[in-house]
Amino acid sequence: MAGSDLAPDASSAPDTVKILIAGGFGVGKTTLVGSVSEIVPLRTEEPLTIAGLDVDDLDGIEEKRATTVALDFGRITISRELVLYLFGTPGQQRFWFMWNDLALGALGAVVLVDVRRPECSFAAIDFFERRGIPFVVGVNGFHGEHPYPPEDIREALAVPEHVRVLLCDARDRESCRDVLIALIDQLIASAVQA
Amino acid sequence: MTVGDSAGRLVRLFALTGGRTRPSRADFTLISTVTTVDPQPATAARCQPEQTRILRLCAEPVAVAELAARLDLPVSVVVILLCDLLEAGRITVRPPRLVSRTTPDLDLLQKVRDGLGRL
Repeated sequence: MAGSDLAPDASSAPDTVKILIAGGFGVGKTTLVGSVSEIVPLRTEEPLTIAGLDVDDLDGIEEKRATTVALDFGRITISRELVLYLFGTPGQQRFWFMWNDLALGALGAVVLVDVRRPECSFAAIDFFERRGIPFVVGVNGFHGEHPYPPEDIREALAVPEHVRVLLCDARDRESCRDVLIALIDQLIASAVQA
Repeated sequence: MTVGDSAGRLVRLFALTGGRTRPSRADFTLISTVTTVDPQPATAARCQPEQTRILRLCAEPVAVAELAARLDLPVSVVVILLCDLLEAGRITVRPPRLVSRTTPDLDLLQKVRDGLGRL
């Protein structure tokens, strides 16, 4: 089993991989994670003063407050040997310093877009494009409704041709599963091409 | 949550880690899996209650992020506690599967795809 040479005593533990679920604040990331996860999405809260920040935006403010940043995630057991974790990235832009760590070693990302305010997810698309991290775009319809075809949204978001844009409903398990499968298919396609 | 409450929680967290804010080693990512060594080393010193909870939770392999969520502690604090347990030989850690952008692992991708297809 891969990796077992690094930790021979842990060879019974499964391999783990992760996919990021990104997008602006309140676009439905945790809803998507909850729809496909086999566990109720878990949350960890990180106090920023402990998280190892060298630069603290709150410096200079008379009464320094302890802020926390929440991370929601879910799990999909692929097999006895392989477990997939889904991490919802913190939406607020001031927490984006966490994204670099989160993105490290990820298979890829799903950028979730709220069809009513696509501009909230521009920055997420930009983040993954700049770093060469593969992603697909999932357009989350309000109440599952989709007034625009995917091609219109692709144009509005200026998403490159090789990136899939899918309409989805973050509340629906099969719909979210299909977005994840589209990401893996895109990864397979570019691997075969290479 | 008031400022006083969150400050109090921070103090308690620092107490757990003996005042340390950074781990001594870099073995632990969010999805590294931790397993308690069975049987435990005979020479190991007594643990603090949080570490005893970790050892109990990790009888079966558990990812670091899950462990933090179940303990209701920040990942940064849990990692410091894990470093001590690793150095005491009480746990083993398995790193996540390596993902390479330049040479993608087709076999791995196909397994993930098959698994998602069964959802």
